[in-house]
This record gives sequence, structure tokens and C-alpha cells, in this order.
Amino acid sequence: MNLAVMLKQLSEGLIVSVEIFLLTLLFSLPLGLLVSFGRMSKNTIIRGLVKFYISIMRGTPLMLQLIVVYFAPYYVFGKNINGFRFPAVIIAFSINYAAYFAEIYRGGIESMPVGQYEAAEVLGFNRLQTFFRIIFPQVIKRILPSVTNETITLVKDTSLAFVLAEVEMFTMAKQIAAKQSSIMPLMVAGVFYFVFNAVVAMIMEGFEKKLSYYR
Amino acid sequence: MDNEILLEIKNMRKSFNDLEVLKDINLTVKRGEVISIIGPSGSGKSTLLRCATLLERMDSGCLKYLDSVAASMVDGSIRYSSKKELKKIRNYFGLVFQNFNLFPHYSVMRNITEAPIHTEGVPENEAKENARRLLKELGLSDKENAYPCELSGGQQQRVSIARALAKKPEVLFFDEPTSALDPELTSEVLKVIRRLAEEKMTMIIVTHEMQFAREVSDRIIFMENGLIQVEGTPDELFASDHARLKEFMGRLNA
Ligand SMILES: Nc1ncnc2c1ncn2[C@@H]1O[C@H](COP(=O)(O)OP(=O)(O)O)[C@@H](O)[C@H]1O
Ligand SMILES: [Mg+2]
Repeated sequence: MNLAVMLKQLSEGLIVSVEIFLLTLLFSLPLGLLVSFGRMSKNTIIRGLVKFYISIMRGTPLMLQLIVVYFAPYYVFGKNINGFRFPAVIIAFSINYAAYFAEIYRGGIESMPVGQYEAAEVLGFNRLQTFFRIIFPQVIKRILPSVTNETITLVKDTSLAFVLAEVEMFTMAKQIAAKQSSIMPLMVAGVFYFVFNAVVAMIMEGFEKKLSYYR
Repeated sequence: MDNEILLEIKNMRKSFNDLEVLKDINLTVKRGEVISIIGPSGSGKSTLLRCATLLERMDSGCLKYLDSVAASMVDGSIRYSSKKELKKIRNYFGLVFQNFNLFPHYSVMRNITEAPIHTEGVPENEAKENARRLLKELGLSDKENAYPCELSGGQQQRVSIARALAKKPEVLFFDEPTSALDPELTSEVLKVIRRLAEEKMTMIIVTHEMQFAREVSDRIIFMENGLIQVEGTPDELFASDHARLKEFMGRLNA
């Protein structure tokens, strides 16, 4: 196998990694916001349940969560579902990252000065308007550095999808490495991850710059 | 209708846990009146304003704006009006905070127009036109595209006054509007408030600026320990021999 073939195969794996990455962000960012609302709920039952969920998500290995989600249909319906491999990966990643994002949102929301809420209230904004027009845009700016951190971790975490035999980049690299008895493909995969993360970091920096027009 | 009563507070009481902060406050404000509230720190001035602007719920008493009852006593316990009624009542007043509380992520223009557009449904063009007129009056014409962080404290406070005025309130409350400003910036904000007084804007101003209060007010209220201790025209107040008022004034002058 020559270098071109290897690169082509790794690129196919990279596409799967990018898919996992993007879909996870797409679902976990909004879900995390919802979870953070539950975490801050006045209702003690909701708050307790959400707190428990977050502690499970953060306190157990993502690898184990992937396996549990994958086998859940088997235990619930008594059978495996065809083609559930990829959805299982996305679900597990999304609910795991939602927990982390929820805590980040919560930190951001709780850091907002009460004066912003009061100014909005006196001006006649209702609760929803206050949150989405006044509070949330400022929260985004405050939490962006932490979100960047999580996002970069997510790039590397996509490799965990291998436990469900989802052929993302790392799995692909391992397979090629085994066939060729060389760690070269793994090194190349490492370079790919590095570049992937560099791009992600650049995009996030762009967001931060975009929001730097105010303090 | 020069004697129209805009705001009526009766027997307002408010405690935080065991601390009784307001003990039976009574206050009637007529259209066009300028009232200053003075008093030592912790006497309940902010709490009074916060209860009047619905940021804080009083424990008992009556609160009425024009013909709209915000809260009243029913069978010995306080009852606040419906959300809808309170929303309407919020349009009657504006509040200017000590630390401005501008929205940092919005331009000056949007700080002013956001509420009229989204809470009252004022068309954007109209809201902007009105905002430009206010900015001109307040000497901020060149700042409509600036962000709060690019402004001095005095400019920020003037923007927050414009933001409150944009809702065309019947009465405007100020809670120590110049306490966060150095003397130079203080005077530019006081100038704006003086101007509003000349235009017969109804205002209730918590302030430590005695000279300003004396010049601008129709009535001054001296609060201490959650009570209105002395109330009268500036001349009456400055001539009063109320011991604690004199002590308070003495401390300010010292
Ligand atoms: N949210 C609150 N919780 C508990 N105590 C409060 C609260 N707000 C004000 N207080 C207390 O009420 C008293 C009066 O406060 P405030 O109305 O701010 O006085 P002033 O504005 O005259 O300085 C103070 O002792 C203050 O500590
Ligand atoms: Mg105060």
C-alpha cells in the first residue's frame, strides 16, 4: 500500500470523525442549555434528577457510556437495531457533552450581574426576552473559552467511537498500522488530529474576536 | 391637570428576614413634582425605590400609579395585581441605577430602542428617531453607534437616562445616579436631570448631592431607619431643627 492509498483511507476515517464531531456539537450545545435550566430549576426534584444525570455523565468513562447506549435497545426491546452503531455514537457523545456544556452554561449564567436582569425587568422585558436578548448573548461571550476547551477535547474523544467498531480515523489508522506492521499510519493520524484541532481553535478564536467588541 | 396624582404609596412595609427596612412609608407624588430622598446609608432609600418599581415585593401596603393599582391590602394581606396589569404599570415609570446597568453587548442606539421595539411594539424607525432626539437632548448625538464600554461614566449614565426616557415614563426614579461618578462627570449628569426638571418631568431622586437637591426639588424627604423622618420644601428642610437631620447634613458638609 502506498502513501496515497493510506492518506485516502485515513481521510475517509477523518470524515467520520468530523461527522461525529459536528453532530455532537449540533445536539449537545442546545441540549446542554436545556440541561442547565434543569440544573438551576426551582423544582427540587427536577434539579436533583438533572444533578444526578450530570454526575453520572461526568463520573463514568465515555467509553462505557458508548457501550451502554449501544446495547440499550437490546435490553429495552429485546433485540438489536440494524444500523444503530452510528446513531448510538452520536447519542452517547451528545448526552455526555451536554452534561459538560450544561455546567459551563450554568457557570456563565450564574456569573451574570443581577443588575442586568433588573434593568431588563424595569424596562418591561418578559423573562424569555430577558434571557435571550440580554443575558444569553453575554453568557456566550463569557463561556467561549471553556467551550473551546471542551470542543478541542471532543476532537480527540471522537476516537473513542472505536469501541463500537465505528470506523473513524483512529480505527482506520490502527487497521492500516496492523496490516503494514508500522506505526506510520498512527503518526499520520496524529497529524490529522492536530490539524483538525488547529482548525477548530482558529474558528473558536474567530468567534472570540467577533465578540471582543465589548467588555 | 397639574394636580393629578401619579403615584400613591400607602403604609408600605418591607422586611428582609428579621430586618425591618421600611416601616410604614407614605408618599404621594403629583405630576411634575421633583422629590429628592436623602438619608444615611442603610435607611431604606433603595428599598423604597425598588418596591415602587416592582423589583422588590413589599410585605404590606398599597401602591398605585394613576388609576392602576399595583398592590393593595385585601383582608389584611397584600395582593399584587395580575401580571398583565403590572406589565402595564411598568410602562408608567423608569428607573436609573447607580451603576447604570446598560446592556454592554448593545450599541447605545440599541440600548435605547430595544425596549420600545420589543416590549411596546414601537416601529423600529420611530424608535430610532425618538432615540436620536433623546441623544441630542442629552448631548450624545455622536455616540449612537458606540458601545457602553467606550463611554465615560457620565456618558453611560446619560445613555441610561435616555434608555429610561425612551419608554416615555410618567415618573422617573433615580437611585444615587451620580454616586459612581467623579465630580466632573457628576455635574454633567446633574445638568441633564436639572433640564428634565425644567421640562416638568416627574422625578424621585435618591441623592447625596445636597446643593443639587435643594435647587431642583419641590420637596425633600429625609429618611432614617425605614421611616420618613422629615418631609418638606427645600427651605423647610434646610431650616429644620430635627436633630438627626441636622446631624446628617453636618456629616455631609464635614
Ligand atoms: N436583598 C436584601 N436582602 C437583605 N437585606 C437587604 C436587602 N436589600 C437591602 N437590605 C438591607 O436593607 C437595609 C436598607 O438598605 P437600602 O434600602 O439599600 O438602604 P439605602 O439605599 O438607604 O442605603 C440595609 O440594612 C440593607 O443591608
Ligand atoms: Mg441605596
